[in-house]
Amino acid sequence: MAIAFKQETFRDDFSYRNSPENIRRFPFPFDRDEYMYSVNMEPHVKGQKGTVFESLIDVDEHYIAEMHDRALVLRDDPLRYQALPHMMTAQWDTLELLMEEQAAGYPEHFTLIRNGDRWRWINRPLGIDDTFTFGDTATLPYEPLEYITRQAQGDFCIVDQRDGNLWMDAGMVTTQADWSLDFDIGMNFMEWHGPVPLAHQAGVFDRALKFLLNLQQGKPTRRFNWTMTINPRLDTSPENYPKWGADRATVTPENVGEKVHLRVELQSLWRLPRSNAILFVIRCYLMNMNELVTVPKWARRFPRVLRTLPPELIDYKGLTRYRQTTIDWLSKFDDGAPTSPGPFPD
Amino acid sequence: MSGGIEIPVRVTQVTPVAHRIKRFRFERLDGGPMPYFSGGAHIIVSMNDNGHVRRNAYSLMSPPYDCSAYEISVLHVEDSRGGSSFMHEKVREGDEMRVSHPVNLFQPDWRGRKHLLIAGGIGITPFIAMMEQFSREGAHFELHYAVRTRDRGAYCEDLVARYGPHRVKIYCDAEDNRIPVARLLDSQPLGTHLYVCGPAGMIDGVLKAGLEAGWPEQNLHSERFLSSQPGKPFSIELTRSGKTIHVGHHESMLEAIEAAGIDVPFLCRGGACGQCETMVTVCDGKLLHNDVYLSDEEKASGRKVMLCVSRFEGNALHLDL
Amino acid sequence: MLVEGIKSRPVYKGLSIQPRSRRHIFALEGEGAHALLERKAELDDAALSRSEILYVARGSQAKGYDEALRELGAQMFFAGPTIATLLFRLKGTLATAHMGTRLYIAGTEGFIGQAMMVALDHGMDHASIVTEHRGSLARRVQCVHCKGITEDVTHSPFPCSHCGLPLLVRDHYSRRLGAFQGVNIDAEEPGSAPDPEELFL
Repeated sequence: MAIAFKQETFRDDFSYRNSPENIRRFPFPFDRDEYMYSVNMEPHVKGQKGTVFESLIDVDEHYIAEMHDRALVLRDDPLRYQALPHMMTAQWDTLELLMEEQAAGYPEHFTLIRNGDRWRWINRPLGIDDTFTFGDTATLPYEPLEYITRQAQGDFCIVDQRDGNLWMDAGMVTTQADWSLDFDIGMNFMEWHGPVPLAHQAGVFDRALKFLLNLQQGKPTRRFNWTMTINPRLDTSPENYPKWGADRATVTPENVGEKVHLRVELQSLWRLPRSNAILFVIRCYLMNMNELVTVPKWARRFPRVLRTLPPELIDYKGLTRYRQTTIDWLSKFDDGAPTSPGPFPD
Repeated sequence: MSGGIEIPVRVTQVTPVAHRIKRFRFERLDGGPMPYFSGGAHIIVSMNDNGHVRRNAYSLMSPPYDCSAYEISVLHVEDSRGGSSFMHEKVREGDEMRVSHPVNLFQPDWRGRKHLLIAGGIGITPFIAMMEQFSREGAHFELHYAVRTRDRGAYCEDLVARYGPHRVKIYCDAEDNRIPVARLLDSQPLGTHLYVCGPAGMIDGVLKAGLEAGWPEQNLHSERFLSSQPGKPFSIELTRSGKTIHVGHHESMLEAIEAAGIDVPFLCRGGACGQCETMVTVCDGKLLHNDVYLSDEEKASGRKVMLCVSRFEGNALHLDL
Repeated sequence: MLVEGIKSRPVYKGLSIQPRSRRHIFALEGEGAHALLERKAELDDAALSRSEILYVARGSQAKGYDEALRELGAQMFFAGPTIATLLFRLKGTLATAHMGTRLYIAGTEGFIGQAMMVALDHGMDHASIVTEHRGSLARRVQCVHCKGITEDVTHSPFPCSHCGLPLLVRDHYSRRLGAFQGVNIDAEEPGSAPDPEELFL
């Protein structure tokens, strides 16, 4: 069925909203009433219809608006896309993967026709119909990674594997939770996770790295991460912190429902065939508190999770100024009833 | 099975290449394309020898961008435990087999300003795919390939013809012609990466010479084809599944455990990737660690063992499986 | 926001001489000269005949290190007036260097970072480069907002020398930029920046 794409903004008047159907498929990340940190990796396999696992690269009603917002970010700051020179093979791998998955998941919107190295790519929502030679950068208007990630929701990092570590050597990062590709490019797995509190000491990154070094072709894996954002702003970059930081001080009991958003990252990791690099997809989903409380189970659970968050994570996620206001507002919707296991709505 | 998704294939060509070396071509049974791969990758070939399943790792040597088929070359090892004998004596064109998805534990460092490849004997195979990829991507490379005798050297003439004598140099033991390793090491531009694959003695020698020539270890890469060595039979207790497993003379622990129907993760079956690392709960005797994955301290601790290549001598070995 | 204890903070292990190297290149800044002079005993004639010493005095003007370094008797010695001239010379040296060449860098973190960037550009792996931190703890900091680099930062927060925002200096370090990260400290409440503290003298 064709997706009804929305016209909306992630800046200025912030007209982004989720339709009722999109709220039901929101990837609510908490499977219990308290906060738990874990590596929480699971195979990235297709799930039921009406969930974000319906396709392995998810396209939803916000596609066109998100791609427009990405173009605006890149217009102001082209450094949000960068790739070190040795990553060209991995760029082509990524282009192939995203075209194949989008075409397979949404044939009414995307078509890929391969004739040897001569490829034709049709992206109907964005009005693109390009023919190019796979492997020949001169036949595309951008580098392959930039070309395809201007047409795919989520942030994308490609990590190179060498010396028993993973190195972030390319990326398109415009919908990030406060980290800078321009600063972090070239870092290894431990280094780019350096600013994350608690997890290093718990050995979380050592285990995750060991697992990812042996990630196999054809067996992608996924995990969730989450934070909160004031206003439906995709580009919460450190670069623009002076522009959005002050938003955090604007939360009042009256505007929580509109302003405070749960921000969920569905991270999927894919071994790429020709380069042996790993593609790290960080897909961001936003939902405001008014939308969240339309699902009674989530309305009960989310304030309970927020109450059990360790202080270091409250600080790291930048929730200090508005966490309590949000808990107070949400508590009106929590009647104390038990919740069913698992993250999905009842 | 835990080595990843297996692909059912048909053997569409068996080609004698040199003395005791045959090339095998695998195409998908369903006619679909094989996954693309990166130069240096291997597959695990599953061989069903009258109900006894052997799994051996072989480097892919077909062009990485050609997904019509996979090709490997197999040396018939003199004291083979059965894998290479099976491939040489039993496998015929038209046979059906299963292969794993490709895994690469010998990936080129794509940052390399130049790639210096050093091969001995059948160790040439990963480099054949690597060179295809380097060549297509315009990377700077040079191959130095040592063979015992001309009739044992696989693909010598093909490679010289394909890449030219300035990029492919053949050295023949029988003609008293050796790779001038020390001279090569001293004359490479900054940013060169060296890769060596061949007999264990050659790998050790080249890596040692590299360090002695002042190369940093980050620029020295090798792939060892460790295979499980035969040894005295022994028994193991699996504490979680409550089974006793007998490991035969020509069998690895991994093979014996799989034969008992227990699924154990693996990727390389050659002591390198770490997937089959297993906790030892009781060890009354001596673990014979043959892998290159565990650190010396881990090996000495006796707490961990790699099931694919290591063995045991003694009274009792209990594993957490 | 995590400020300290970040894993990207570089570790400088000290200037141990790698005896098997075919060629030793020493890039030294200020007090970094001492890191080499103290290891004089490890440098025999054979090693010196394969050595090139590049030195910039900066904060150690008139301390006579250049004479002391010259007297070591390395095959090549160069004293440049500024970091920029030293880096230009280093680029020339690395452009024709062979494998087996080892680079040693000693001095302030800002200098180590800049010399390291030159080495990375010439295909050297950062883990193979030998470093020692000497002299001031002053940091080279990149403003994550305007991307401007401020040299010799001793206080946090400090005003960005390019855009003027008050920046908190984090331990997060980029090898590719040779700089620590500076983040606007009062973005959430403009005007609320605390007084600068001298942290990196």
